[in-house]
Amino acid sequence: MRWLKPAAFAAALLPLAWLLWRAGFGSLGVNPVETINRFLGDWALRFLLIALAVTPVRQWTGWSALARLRRMMGLFAFFYVCLHLASYVGIDLFFDWAALWADVLKRNFITLGMIAVLLLVPLALTSTNAMIRRLGGARWRRLHLLVFPASILGVVHFWMMVKADIREPLVYAVLLAVLLGWRLWGFARRAQRA
Amino acid sequence: MLIRPAADLRDHDVTDQALYLDRRRFLALGAAAGTLLAAGRGLAATTGDDAPTPFEAVTTYNNYYEFGTAKEDPAVSAPSRLKLAPWSVAVDGECAKPGTVALDDLIKPLKPEERLYRMRCVEGWSMVIPWQGVPLGQVLKRFEPNSKAKYVEFTTLADKAQMPGLRVPVLDWPYVEGLRLDEAMHPLTLLATGLYGKDLLAQNGAPLRLVVPWKYGFKSIKSIVRIRFSETQPMNSWQKANRREYGFYSNVNPDVDHPRWSQASERRIGEFRRRKTLMFNGYADQVASLYAGMDLRVDY
Repeated sequence: MRWLKPAAFAAALLPLAWLLWRAGFGSLGVNPVETINRFLGDWALRFLLIALAVTPVRQWTGWSALARLRRMMGLFAFFYVCLHLASYVGIDLFFDWAALWADVLKRNFITLGMIAVLLLVPLALTSTNAMIRRLGGARWRRLHLLVFPASILGVVHFWMMVKADIREPLVYAVLLAVLLGWRLWGFARRAQRA
Repeated sequence: MLIRPAADLRDHDVTDQALYLDRRRFLALGAAAGTLLAAGRGLAATTGDDAPTPFEAVTTYNNYYEFGTAKEDPAVSAPSRLKLAPWSVAVDGECAKPGTVALDDLIKPLKPEERLYRMRCVEGWSMVIPWQGVPLGQVLKRFEPNSKAKYVEFTTLADKAQMPGLRVPVLDWPYVEGLRLDEAMHPLTLLATGLYGKDLLAQNGAPLRLVVPWKYGFKSIKSIVRIRFSETQPMNSWQKANRREYGFYSNVNPDVDHPRWSQASERRIGEFRRRKTLMFNGYADQVASLYAGMDLRVDY
């Protein structure tokens, strides 16, 4: 299973490679700025769901090696979140800080997106082995519960952004509900037994 | 005023395809570089010219939800599905001479005109499009609207056999739009049958669509099959879908934000930096008087 982590790492870079490929060949469509921003936002959300799926899928399949991918997928989620934010601030708004601040204060979907980013920052910062040791397992686990509100905010952020056709955000919402519901159910069962 | 006869629109006004592709490559590079650049100041609006948006962009980046909600959907699925002939328009309501009129009989008696108009979408992007058509007012006159006619309501075709998007209840089909009668009779308001010197393509609302350049794009209803004069204000589809976000008037207004995003600036398709959005999309001199005394924050 030595190939698992490098393979997952390479696969997680494919979306970015695809975006750069299209940029290089000028095939980002009529509105490249919109294409880039949406693409990165889509993948940020997808990697959040992938990271959240690692543990349930491991439990369902019994494939214990998957556990080694959890941190990497979480960090890739943060990576795409950062790229999404950078494309919004740097490309869409072209570093117009006043417009950014107005957006954050006035636009609910942007406010929620920003909160989600802030919630993810401490998780990324405490993802090293040294930080886990420093915090201690219990505290580290408690801190990393923040991934749940962050991913809920991420889906709500997408939902509120669309104009009328909610089918796509609905898919993300259902998947997230399954992943969170599975954990809640497990939690309830353990609580019952205790 | 941004109205020019056809003779003024020469080939060199239209961005050359190679240059256009080059520009997109430049945009992409800029995009990559932009993320690395930490510097940058306020949004100095690009106050460039109003060069026509390339034909390719105008005909592949469309909001026409009857053919799908992705921008590229209509160009893919509309041309092979939408049956453009025979086409007729039913005109009824508060008028002396209602009736169903074949498209040719509606348009042919009038002299076609060329109009180069800015088009500002409520989503925050814009284009410049050379249209052909006839002033709507001249078309409406022959039906002799009576004194009760205060508004005009327009309806888009809604045929499930031709329009796959109708299976999804994104909006309450058929698509409906409306104008106040004086807005409809305004000389800028165009009933378009073509763009770039060619017949309208299905994805652009063929064979007959409205163009109201000082209002957000969704007011410019596509593939019109019915026109009704009414005494009461029509309920347009987007207002029905979300009254808080979309009003009846929907005039382009940089000072009245959409609840979810700012309308102060826009991205002209083909440009990298946003530009400042102009009041009434830059047509204030011609149309501001229509709204004298109105609070445009209330009547958005």
